[in-house]
Amino acid sequence: MELIQNLALGFGIALTLTTLSLAIVGCILGTIIGALPGLGPSNGVAILIPLAFTLELDATQALVLMTSVYYGAMYGGRISSILLNIPGDEPAMMTTLDGYPMAKKGRAGDALVLSGVSSFVGAFLATIGLMLLAPILARVAFYFGPAEYFALYLLAFCTLGGIGSENQAKSAIAVCLGLGISMIGVDNSTGMTRFTGGNLHLYDGVDFLVAIVGLFAVTEIFVFIESRGKDSAIGVKLGKISIPFKDIIATRWTMLRATIVGFIAGVLPGAGASLGSFLAYMSEKSLAKEKKFFGTGDIRGVAAPEAGNNAAAGGALVPMLTLGVPGSGTTAVLLALLMTLNITPGPLLFNERPEVVWGLIATLLIANFVLLILNVPLVKIFTKILQVPASFLLPGVAMVSFVGIYSLSGSYFDLLLMIGFGVLGFTLRKLKIPAVPVILGILLGGHMEVSLRRAMVLSNGDWTYLFNSYISVGLWIAAFIGFVAPIFLRSYLKKPTPIG
Amino acid sequence: MSDRIFGSILSLLALTFFVSATQLESPFFADPLGPKNFPFIVSGAALICALTMIIKPDKDPSWPDIKTLIKLFTALIVLILYAFSLKTFGFLLPTALASAALSYLIQPNIFKSSATGIILSLSLFVIFRFGLGLSLFPFPRFLIG
Repeated sequence: MELIQNLALGFGIALTLTTLSLAIVGCILGTIIGALPGLGPSNGVAILIPLAFTLELDATQALVLMTSVYYGAMYGGRISSILLNIPGDEPAMMTTLDGYPMAKKGRAGDALVLSGVSSFVGAFLATIGLMLLAPILARVAFYFGPAEYFALYLLAFCTLGGIGSENQAKSAIAVCLGLGISMIGVDNSTGMTRFTGGNLHLYDGVDFLVAIVGLFAVTEIFVFIESRGKDSAIGVKLGKISIPFKDIIATRWTMLRATIVGFIAGVLPGAGASLGSFLAYMSEKSLAKEKKFFGTGDIRGVAAPEAGNNAAAGGALVPMLTLGVPGSGTTAVLLALLMTLNITPGPLLFNERPEVVWGLIATLLIANFVLLILNVPLVKIFTKILQVPASFLLPGVAMVSFVGIYSLSGSYFDLLLMIGFGVLGFTLRKLKIPAVPVILGILLGGHMEVSLRRAMVLSNGDWTYLFNSYISVGLWIAAFIGFVAPIFLRSYLKKPTPIG
Repeated sequence: MSDRIFGSILSLLALTFFVSATQLESPFFADPLGPKNFPFIVSGAALICALTMIIKPDKDPSWPDIKTLIKLFTALIVLILYAFSLKTFGFLLPTALASAALSYLIQPNIFKSSATGIILSLSLFVIFRFGLGLSLFPFPRFLIG
């Protein structure tokens, strides 16, 4: 009953002209961003956040716009995977394995439609999962005190590298970098300045949007200049688009299974969409009786990763909205958006600002249908975007990033800081140190320290207080396992390499 | 070797962070943890990870060759100059020059990169100024007063 009331509230907001138009604009922008190789969802959302502020949108509208971009990018990522054998974003990597061979056989249109439909199944069912699971998790989070929150942040940091990272020490060092940066500025409890080196610009701390745009967008510019010419893909021709009903019906169970696997991977902190598509593909391959067709253009190999990564994208919103702990890189960027809008995600969000959460959920349900239309009958339009040369695209990205950050603060210091983060991001990428933990450290460092300090105030400095409830002990154990397990699991979970 | 160098830099950074935290003065009304202890924990963890990178480095990544490094460095200078010039020289000229330069670095073709610069500069100005309502100055302030 409560759910129906909440949904009614949500649809009341979603069906207003402004919200609906923002969702449609977000879906179109997102699909374009996803389709362009090298511009992933995290990049796209990061670049657009500063511009969203200039539109003076309220919290719900800003979140609707950005989440639609996020969903759109997840749909769009497959287009260049299938046509060029270059994933539009990292989660779409698995789609190259069977999508490109299928296109080479002259079935590019079928592959695009099939993956579009499976993206819809994954994303739509995951949004329903989000709708059902989030309120329950938000209720559990009411039992969280400072000790539990401290353990939760620790869990997020320990699992963030996850099996995607090749070296746990490197993931941990990225977290430490982020936490260190988060401590720069005035300490709110005592009013003292810390680690500013006397620089007045740093008294307010490092703005996380500056860090995010630097680490994502500016880094991408350097990476592109370095790799220029290497990505010389041979595109395949897109024939007439028709709906391959036979293939869609044949892969219905594949899509459902992949959705479940992807959703669970998304909900787990730190796992994200890349893991979702990977696990969906691998589990489908292991279930199949005839494995030899995988990698040669098998329809299951196209449907599974797309349903998986889109379901994971929806799943990753669950911990972000209910606990304030993002499950992936892009949700970390969305968390930054919420924090800049002065909204603290977590259980209180569901009680105090139900219109934000339910407005978002209702809009996402509608956005999925918009995306289905954009990605099935209208997909041909988006394939044209792949013809935009990098030498035009990348300078554009750079200029939009600069103006976005400049419009927020009007300070050239922030622009220089952003460039600095770009150089740092490039170095980190070369050394295979993940950048997302740095961002999460900057975002959550302040909260983590406050939780620890509150816990110490409550216990009068007794450290055993951190382990005084079942929830916190459980979270500490999960954090430990999350950090150690990948070391042993890595050899079992080797990613297959794309062909070509 | 790259891991060892970066690990050493990070160890130094962690130590500097630690030392600078010891110099923070805890006010008498501070909470039991105070402003120092969290930085101590983080710098300690960072030091352990950095030492792990030094002791057990990964294989060296393929660093760009000198020619590419010069290109990357040029791009860096272009971006820094752009950051400084936006306020003084207005939007149109710096944006056209910076995007043309970046475009040239990706694909060295004078005609194409000049066109990229002009098109991007004009179209972005229209979008930002009239679409998003940003208060950007098209020309240098000393020209328009």
